[in-house]
Amino acid sequence: MGTIRIEVGLKKNLTDPRGKNLQKKAKQFMNIQIDEVRTSDIYTIDANLTIDQISEFINKTLCDPVINYVKINPEFDSTYDFFCEIGFLPGVTDNVGKTAKSALETFLGYQLQEGENIYTSTLYAFKGNINERDIEYIASELLYNPLIQQHRIYKKSDKPIIYIPKVIIKQKIKVETFDLKKYSDEELMKLSRERLLALNLEEMKTIRDFFENKDFLREREKYGLKEITDVELESLAQTWSEHCKHKIFNATIEYDDGEGNIENIKSLFKTYIKSSTELINKERKDNFLVSVFVDNAGVITFNDKYNVVFKVETHNSPSALDPYGGALTGIVGVNRDVLGTGLGAKLIFNTDIFCFADPFYSEPLPPKILHPRRIYDGVITGVEHGGNKSGIPTINGSIVFDNRYLGKPLVYCGTGGIMPKEINGKPSHEKEVKDGYLIVMSGGRIGKDGIHGATFSSEELHEGSPATAVQIGDPITQKKMADFLYIARDRGLYTSITDNGAGGLSSSVGEMAQLSGGCEIELEKAPLKYQGLQPWEILLSESQERMTLAVPPENIEEFLRLSKQYDVESTVIGKFTSTGYLHVKYAGKTVAFMPLDFLHNGLPEMKLKAKFNPYIEKKINISHEAPNELLKNLLGSLNICSKETVVRKYDHEVQAMTIIKPFVGLYNDGPSDGAIIKPLPDSYEGLVITHGICPKYSDFDTYHMAACALDEAIRNAVCCGGNIDKMACLDNFCWCDPIKSEKNPDGEHKLAQLVRANKALYDYTTSYGVPCISGKDSMKNDYIMGNIKISIPPTLLFSLIGVIEDVRKTVTMDFKNSGDIIFITGITKDELAGSELLRLLNLKGGFVPKVDAKTNKKIYKALYNAIQNGYINSAHDCSDGGFAVAVAEMAFSGGLGCEIDLERLPSEGNLSTIELLFSESAGRIIFTAKEKHLKDIEKIFNGLPFAKIGHVTDGQLLKISYKNQVIIQENIFTLKECWQKTLRDL
Amino acid sequence: MAKCIVLTGFGINCEQECLWALELAGAKNAEIVHISQILEGEKKLNNYQFIVFPGGFLDGDDLGSAKVQVNRFTYAKIKSGKEKLIDSLLSFIEKGNLALGICNGFQFMVKAGIIPNTEKKHSFKQETTLTFNDSGRFEDRWVYLKVNKNSPCIFTNGIDTLYLPVRHGEGKFYCDEKTLNKIEANNLFVLQYSNQKLEPTMEYPYNPNGSLNAIAGICDTTGRLFGLMPHPEAFIYPYHHPRWTREKIEEADGLKIFKNALKYLA
Repeated sequence: MGTIRIEVGLKKNLTDPRGKNLQKKAKQFMNIQIDEVRTSDIYTIDANLTIDQISEFINKTLCDPVINYVKINPEFDSTYDFFCEIGFLPGVTDNVGKTAKSALETFLGYQLQEGENIYTSTLYAFKGNINERDIEYIASELLYNPLIQQHRIYKKSDKPIIYIPKVIIKQKIKVETFDLKKYSDEELMKLSRERLLALNLEEMKTIRDFFENKDFLREREKYGLKEITDVELESLAQTWSEHCKHKIFNATIEYDDGEGNIENIKSLFKTYIKSSTELINKERKDNFLVSVFVDNAGVITFNDKYNVVFKVETHNSPSALDPYGGALTGIVGVNRDVLGTGLGAKLIFNTDIFCFADPFYSEPLPPKILHPRRIYDGVITGVEHGGNKSGIPTINGSIVFDNRYLGKPLVYCGTGGIMPKEINGKPSHEKEVKDGYLIVMSGGRIGKDGIHGATFSSEELHEGSPATAVQIGDPITQKKMADFLYIARDRGLYTSITDNGAGGLSSSVGEMAQLSGGCEIELEKAPLKYQGLQPWEILLSESQERMTLAVPPENIEEFLRLSKQYDVESTVIGKFTSTGYLHVKYAGKTVAFMPLDFLHNGLPEMKLKAKFNPYIEKKINISHEAPNELLKNLLGSLNICSKETVVRKYDHEVQAMTIIKPFVGLYNDGPSDGAIIKPLPDSYEGLVITHGICPKYSDFDTYHMAACALDEAIRNAVCCGGNIDKMACLDNFCWCDPIKSEKNPDGEHKLAQLVRANKALYDYTTSYGVPCISGKDSMKNDYIMGNIKISIPPTLLFSLIGVIEDVRKTVTMDFKNSGDIIFITGITKDELAGSELLRLLNLKGGFVPKVDAKTNKKIYKALYNAIQNGYINSAHDCSDGGFAVAVAEMAFSGGLGCEIDLERLPSEGNLSTIELLFSESAGRIIFTAKEKHLKDIEKIFNGLPFAKIGHVTDGQLLKISYKNQVIIQENIFTLKECWQKTLRDL
Repeated sequence: MAKCIVLTGFGINCEQECLWALELAGAKNAEIVHISQILEGEKKLNNYQFIVFPGGFLDGDDLGSAKVQVNRFTYAKIKSGKEKLIDSLLSFIEKGNLALGICNGFQFMVKAGIIPNTEKKHSFKQETTLTFNDSGRFEDRWVYLKVNKNSPCIFTNGIDTLYLPVRHGEGKFYCDEKTLNKIEANNLFVLQYSNQKLEPTMEYPYNPNGSLNAIAGICDTTGRLFGLMPHPEAFIYPYHHPRWTREKIEEADGLKIFKNALKYLA
């Protein structure tokens, strides 16, 4: 078989943005001066073809004749000094290579042989007074990630070496068995560790004991099985993992509140999350909640005809290893959750919230940690490609900065969908699986991607070893699959669908089989990316872009025909049964046979202890006397500054539904409190999407952290015109390890922090009447390397979705007209703990913001009422940076000045001007209205904390006075520049 | 009443709103058709008078934007026949029908050589291209567009200016000087990125990608085949305008393009 190496680059008279960008970064971040960088794309065709046969394809399809040159089997261009080529490791998804292969097949009119392929790489040519070490440094810092890519550096005199990252697996197919009754406790734990099962001793013993049951063993014998197989052991480990079973959230916890009160909590999830939603639902008496906590995502009512679906996931560890691939698979993964809810919802929006360390971090980095700037770049590009290429608008998000996210960045990816309430006369949120229905896998093929890495330790690393730990998503394969599935859904061709995420087929088929009461899988039928996968690997692989469906036998022909037409691979891999067993075969031989009940319900319950170590609140006095400077510095601080460069990389208006965009105001650059979308062409009904996240309060009390996050999400939605009676939220917990161990001495406190956050979730969702409809937890966000340990601050994200009756009545945050009156509602208190001001001044202490849900709920209803009546011109919530930051944002976004009398702010206690300006008390909203509505507004807010504090002016001055003294006076465009410049060039 | 086809499949993702735009503009007979339906012979281009190539990420833009779609049109055969996709597109064009390419659809029309077709031969020779933005990144932002009053484009009849969003990473219009001269001489450039005073500009971010001569859209000499980077289907209600909460928006700019097309066919 021949190989053809093709180099495609930009013609020499054209500038190369990719090369320029690298040149700039090398200078900016590494202080290496390069005279010129040119880049080119390399295609290595490994197939039985001649150049003549495909020269038209090379010259027309691989190359753009207007701007590109193309060279076949070229030498290096000797006018450059060094070259660096970056290619993928074997088994890593090469989307461009895959597309090139498929295009070549269209050109040829036939399929390439098994094993024939096209591989892509990128060639960088460098010119300048630089040496090989510089290139190595640039390559490792900016160009490649050794977990997924390989690099080669060449001098000008070298010849290019053909690199073909073909997967070669040398191991024979075999099924291992383990005679567990002969294993001591120590040996059980050794097995758990070595196979990366992450099962504890009690769990291992439960498995061992179960496999001694005589009746069960007799059943197994019928299929030629005795001892537990690797397929069974791996399935159990996966199904019983923290990720799938949420063991900590379901544990029995003995909680000590630090003041001598001890409480026994049986499952945090049931006690706080599920029961709060049940309580709210009981009181509502409408059909707002359609499906909660049972499916891949929560489902609520949109209107008489449609439901909406919302889900948020995290993808933290993968994003720490490979920020681009991790974030990309995060977003396309959560897309599949919504696609796999009920019979499948159409995807209509994405959200993304990230927690990173300072991208300008300049201290030495602990080992094996990528620089926060690389995480920032990679994650953002991953979400950009995931959302944009799937045609889903990314409409809401934020970035939280704290250096404790250095070891583990947090990447929250959310997706919303819409589906008709009924499809073919049946409720769309219900799944049905009957005995005899076929198990069908649709979408991508199976490789070693995402298998827990056990293979890494059990197989020696060699040139052809596939990289398994990290995966790269393929949005186009998924988009094609989604296009096909919507049609199959509407034609009623399948009755159940779920995605293949964590645990692969083991999870997806295992879960769906509960509906019929059993399944029989024929693993050898599953299409593979390359040969040589062990049966357990096929079952457990987390290869992306796959859905599992239940198809009634009478529909299978039509289903497969349609699938083929839409260029989606679908394969029958078995059938659902009612035997009560998970039965897995490989080439006719049974490799797993276990009761489904044991798989899903056999896991022993965890028992844990929690002890809270309370923070004692103490007044903090700030003597800083230059509020003007403080305001400017705060506006430029990482957590407050504009993220416009990032946000504009996301398509936020594809699908033509986005009515309030992420940026608003006179120059389309003011920070919106939330997004409004209008999903249907013939209706003004809409959705408001917001979120709240306040890890900065976790060090003080996670109870108030959780309360503030929920309040922030609701407040943001209210500012846009949201109705608190039509809101629902999702809870996503990201915690540091809350189980006490030698490595984790303060585990009991961290678990107590988790308990307290859950208590707040219960108290505040019920007080507000805003239920949780779905959620997720990620519990071990710690970095441990030698004696360095970095734990994230406990972080809880509330994502909110609300139904809007009429999008034409929504409001943005920018000042609209000079002369408008400025109001504030809510009470300002001395609550500076965790504030951006104290972070700026590097101080710690003070009182944590406490949420008064009873009053706030009245305020939120009053504002909703005023907005519905058309009285309100703009509204903005006071959060990070307090009152002063919020009012400055409203002014520069509207291109208008204002005059404020700070003394009029409703406040509690005797507050200093600094506290009035920068305290971050919850529940406060600034809004504006025309003078003529004053009386009506006063009537609506009668009895609530509320005041008229100033008015909008024509000039460009933000002027805040206190007792007739001007304390802040600044040009709004100067303020805007402070706010915009921090991240503009990153 | 004219029959309109909105093409979809393989990564196209603006088909739904293109259909809405057609319907809002008054089309009674418009449908979304998957490329595979044409390849299967279920649908035939010749039954339509107006084709829209919507935006998206055809085949992930993996070999350069829309390249694989051009490859597909050039080489893929329609089932039960010798005709290739491009042949059926050619006969569609030769009948005097209309084609509108938006963003990824514009990239397709340009790279397939459908426009500008300065030689008026329909030889499908690529003369111009759309390449990576000078900024090096994808961007979603609204831009002011000046309409070339002298262009033969039927889609922009009676329109002076447009305000629309761009959402692309590969939108920089580029060609050699000879081709540019022909485009200018024949007034085949239809839209130019402008500042707020409506002067065509090379200044970022008004010109968001560094397009040659600020060109944002071109047509063929008949004016019936038109492509543009900005998204007219993204501004079909006044509430799509980024400042509708502060300005009175009379009519959605993007809708005018679709109305003109339907008026021409009426």
